[in-house]
Order: sequence, then C-alpha cells, then structure tokens
Amino acid sequence: MSETTADPRLTGPRAAPRKRIRLSWSDPVFRSIVWQMVVVGIVVAIVWYLTANTNRNLAARRIATGFAFLSRNAGIPIGESALPYDPAVNTYGRALLIGVLNTLRVAVVGIVLATILGTIIGIARLSHNWLVARLAAIYVEVLRDIPVLLQLLFWYLVLQSLPAPRQSLRIGDAVFLSNRGIKLPLLVWETAHTGALIGFLVGIVGTILFARRARRRQEATGSRPPVWPVALVLLLGLPAAIWGALGAPFAIELPVLRGFNFVGGGTVSPEYGALLMGLVLYTAAYIAEIVRSGIQAVAGGQWEAAGALGLSRWQVLRLIVLPQALRVIIPPMTSQYLNITKNSSLAVAIGYQDVVSIASTTLNQTGQAIEGIGLIMAVFLAISLSISLFMNWYNARIALVER
Amino acid sequence: MFRSTRTRGAALFAGLLLTAGLAAPAHAEGSGSATLDAVRARGQLVCGVSTGVPGFSLPDSQGVTRGIDADGCRTIAAAALGDASKVKFVPLTTTNRFTALQSGEVDVLIRSTTWTLAREGNLGLEFAWVNYYDGTGFLVKKSSGVKSAKEMDGATICVQPGTSTELAIADYYRLNNMKFTPILIQDLPEIQNAFLSGRCDAYSTDGSALATFRFSQGPKADDLVLLPEIISKEPLGVMVRKGDDKWFDVARWSYVAALTAEENGVTSQNIDSFADSKVPDIRRLLGLEGELGKALGLDNKWAYNIVKQVGNYGEVWDRNITPMGMPRGINNLWNKGGLQYAPPMR
Repeated sequence: MSETTADPRLTGPRAAPRKRIRLSWSDPVFRSIVWQMVVVGIVVAIVWYLTANTNRNLAARRIATGFAFLSRNAGIPIGESALPYDPAVNTYGRALLIGVLNTLRVAVVGIVLATILGTIIGIARLSHNWLVARLAAIYVEVLRDIPVLLQLLFWYLVLQSLPAPRQSLRIGDAVFLSNRGIKLPLLVWETAHTGALIGFLVGIVGTILFARRARRRQEATGSRPPVWPVALVLLLGLPAAIWGALGAPFAIELPVLRGFNFVGGGTVSPEYGALLMGLVLYTAAYIAEIVRSGIQAVAGGQWEAAGALGLSRWQVLRLIVLPQALRVIIPPMTSQYLNITKNSSLAVAIGYQDVVSIASTTLNQTGQAIEGIGLIMAVFLAISLSISLFMNWYNARIALVER
Repeated sequence: MFRSTRTRGAALFAGLLLTAGLAAPAHAEGSGSATLDAVRARGQLVCGVSTGVPGFSLPDSQGVTRGIDADGCRTIAAAALGDASKVKFVPLTTTNRFTALQSGEVDVLIRSTTWTLAREGNLGLEFAWVNYYDGTGFLVKKSSGVKSAKEMDGATICVQPGTSTELAIADYYRLNNMKFTPILIQDLPEIQNAFLSGRCDAYSTDGSALATFRFSQGPKADDLVLLPEIISKEPLGVMVRKGDDKWFDVARWSYVAALTAEENGVTSQNIDSFADSKVPDIRRLLGLEGELGKALGLDNKWAYNIVKQVGNYGEVWDRNITPMGMPRGINNLWNKGGLQYAPPMR
C-alpha cells in the first residue's frame, strides 16, 4: 500500500450521479413537479373564480366596491375615543382607527390583568390553606362554565343598575360611581410629569443593567451586591428629583356634576368596565388552570431538593419552580391571550365600540360588506399574529438551555 | 390506470367550473322576473322584517307576526301568489338587513327602513314605496324634567347602530352646536333596557317606534315623555334588489292597489258587493276590466286578492297602528290632508 496509490474513492469530491429530469412518469422529480403545479393551479383557479364571481355579482347588483369610502366623511357618532373625533369632519378611516385603538385598549389591559389575576388564583389553588385552595377551585369551576357573552351581559346589567349620577355612590369628592360609569380625579398633566415619566423609564433600564452586572459578579465571585437600594433610587428617586426640579406641580381635576352628567375628571364607562371585567374574570379562570398545571408539571423532587437547601416555600416557588413551570405555561398562555383579543369582539352586544362595532356600522352605512368584513379580519389577524410572534420569541428565550 | 383517474379528476373539475359558471345567468322561462319566478317556484314569499317592533312586526301570542310591515309582506304575497298566508318572515337586525336582501336571503325588505340617496346609490337596492312617513324623535323620562331636545346638550343618547337615526342625531347636534355621548347597542331589548335603567338620558329612533315602545310599557308609559321635536324626515319603505324591475313593479303596485282601494272605499268586508260596480277605477282594480295584472306578470285578480285577504291601506293601519294610540297624521290619504297618494291604476 504505497502513498501514491490512494483509494480513488477517498480523494477529491465524489461527484453525485447527475440528475437529469426526464419527461416521464417514472421520474419521481418530474412527477412531483407536475403535482405541485397542479395543486398551485387549482388554488389559483379557485381564488380567481371566487374573486371574479364576486366582482361580477357585485357589479350586476350595482353594489359599490373598493376602499374609497375610507376617506369619506363618516357622520357616525362614537361614544368613546382615544383620538379627537368629530363625525362632521372626520372620515370612516379615522373612525375605524379609533375602533382598532378601542380593541387594543381592551385587549392589552385585559391580557395584563388576566395574567396577574390568573397567576394568583392558580397559585392559590395549590395553597396548603384549605379555604384558599377551595375558594380558588370554586372560582375556576364557576367562571369557566358560564358562557362569556352571558357574563358580559351580567356585568353590564350590574353596572347599569348603579344609581343615577345625582345619587351616585361617592368616595369623598373625588370618585363617583354611577350608571354613567366610574368617575375618577385626573392629574393635570404638565411637562414636569412627562419628565418624571422619562426618568422612570430611564430608571427601569438602569435597574436592568445593574441587575445584570450583579449577576455576572455573583457568577464570578459568588457574592451578589444588593440590587434593591439601587433600584429604589433609580425608580423612585430619579423621577421624584426631576419632578421636584421642574417645580413639583400637582393639581387634580375633580369630576363635577353639571347638567346631565359629570364634567372633568377621567371616566371608565360602564361598557368598557363590563367588557374588561367580563373578559378578565373569564380568562383568568383558564389562566389559573394553566399556571396550576405548569407548577404541578415541575417534578416533586425539585421542591424537595430546594427545601433541603434551606429555601423558604416562597423562594422555592420564585427561584426554582416558576422558571421551570414557565416552559409549560407559555404555549397555552399564548392561546388564552389570543382568545381574550378575539372575545373582545363581543363588545357589540353591550355597546362598546370596538373595531367590529365600528366596522359593522360602517359597512351598514356604506353598504360595502365585503370590504368591511375584510378590514375586521385583517385587524384581528394583525393583532393575533403580533401576539403569537412575541410569545414565540419569549418562549424560545426561556426554553431549556442544555449544557 | 393512472391516466384514467387523472382525466376523470380533470373532467370533474372542469365540470364544476362550468356548472358554477352557468348557474348564475340562467333564466327560466316565466314572468321575466327572476325573483317572482323564484317566489312562485317556492310557493312562498321570504320577507325581511324587524326583530320585534310593536305595530310594525311582532309575533303575537299565537306566533303570528302582526304589524304594518308584516301586512306589507302579506300584501305582496297576495299579489304574487294569490295567498296572503304564504309568507316566511325573517327577523333581521339593523346591521344585517341590507346584506340579507343583497345576497337574496330575502325577496323583499319591509323593516321600517328609511329611504335615502346613499342607500339606493351604494347598496344596489331600491325603494318601491313608502308605507309610513316618519321622523326621528326623542323619548326621555318625565323625571328628567326635559321639555325640548334643545335642552339636551351633554346628554347621553341610546341609539341603534347602522341606522339613519344615528346620522340624523349627529347632524342635529352639530347644527345646534351641542354635544352628546352616543350609546350604540344593536339588540333592541338591550338598548331599551339601557334606556329604562338610566344608562342614557334619551332613547332615539323613529317617532313611531318610540310611541309604540312607550305604549308597550303599559301603566309605566306615563313616566316617559316624547319630546316635541321631530328632527328628520324618515320615509320608511319597501326595499327590493336593483336589477329586477318587474319585481320592483310588483312590490310598488301592490301597495298602490291597497291605497287605491282605500280611496275608493273598497274594503275586505265589502269588496264582493262591488262585483257589478259601474265605476271604471273599481272595475279595473278588481280585474273586471282591463289587463292590469297581466302587465305586471300577475293574475288579473291580484288586487282583489290583496284587498280581500289583507285589506286596504286604511284597514292595515287601523288594525296595527291605531291600537298603539298613534294618530294617522301625515300618513292619511292625500285628499284627507296626508301624503299617501296613489298614482292612477290604468
């Protein structure tokens, strides 16, 4: 075996036998290409047929088409709006944008509150306290078994049966509870407050950076510098200092009863309140079950091992169990977040003007049903995909890193 | 083997496309109206009505839908089918009514719907006749002390979405430089509840619906006050799809026949006594002379059937609206100071 006579199979790249597509059924490559083309062709033909058929029928029935109506004057009144809106001058496009914002207002606040409430109840169900555990179980079983639409109507009825504005329940001269909603005092906003808010955001970033450094230090030396005094200074001290430096303005706008209703202050309308309450309480029951199952999915040995290290029950939960439970919790949680967003469209039943409500009024006034429904679908698809993307990113981040 | 399944699949697909393509434009031999032919083939008129407005369309204790709109459906059924009872009532909300008519789910829409330009221009629908001249009003609680709509600056108003009322109120408040908060609820009982519970200061819709709603409250009706302002014109009518002119004619002239009968004093009770009438108008109406029915593609007895089975316009009014305590007002015949004017049937 000399060096010059190396095995030709081991020297140089081995050329694969050249694949040549033969125009024959016996060639699998050719066959699969044909089938792919047939499938694409059928899909295109169906879509084309449906579109052409719709257009032809719309034209035959002389129904207006296109999205030109979005820039037309709306004329429809809107009760609750995050943006300035006047039916006399604003367009359908703006009305729909307000609808989207109203939907987001319910979905985002609802997701945050339902997560907090659901986690608390889920943990409470596992409590060693018999009463707490039973109460949490009853909550879950009752709320989960009643259709959410019924719950919304129930809360709306409850809020409607509050006394009229003149006889409203009150807390001092600041908070009023009536069938027109909850009236709250509002802070008169000035630049100093904006400054304080920016200071607070800076404080959050600073705290995160400091906590990271503390962790690196702990990994390197074993001793962990305390984070909380720094966090306290950054989160409270910094905003307070900015606010103080800008003159510490503080004025409260109180709601005052005038004419038919309260003037000034902030409002939580009965419609928004009922919708938020119904969705949060309902979804929290599901989230509680997800949290409970996630915690129980963590092997019992983890509790025992952590206990043997001398950690308290709360520390075990926070440092050992919850981080592992999150991996089980996050995927089903994503679908609950999607549910809360989609269920927000039940707002129509109780008169909260979300995007479905405004779009269906729009399609009724303009007669363009296909465009209106298309817009609703696009909005929900966009919101749902955003939630999914974020949750998938987070899921990947907390996934088990194997070493 | 391979080949034959493939060809069969392709043929099936092509066949599907073909039948689907042919189904749409196909017109059977008949009256020249696709809708009238479909109604006859079905033996039933499918009529879109409200989900329950007393006096307009509301099922009674026997489940029979009563009201001026429901009788409108019967009038057209009597003309098209010769039998006023062959009607299927489809309750529709304010937001799905137009789609139901556009898509052909109902043959005709009689749902206290206001005749406006935009609706005829954009929706592919048109109004055949006005069966009730109405206007937007406000209902408030007596305890609020409000006497006029002008005092309602800052008020919260309950209104159904997708209605012409909604636009009329926005216009009225804009015109008077006032502000209001709308509460828009689609479901009729829900919105009435919201008003009664005090969520809104006022409930606004067509004056007729407000009056009948107030009436339906029984002894509590006196706690509610209808404000004097009528802030818009709301001619409520009969709607059909565009593009079927013959069907449009049937819907329109059925109403005209009922009006003409009232003008001539022909009622469901006395109609048979006119069999030897010498009055040309009545002879034409009853199909004793001329071929008016044929011109519409109907039986020559069409108008006779309407009056005999449903009654003339005045009878329909007296049966449905009078019990609600509403005066005939502008809905009276033109020669009695109202707006209902029948074009000549000749």
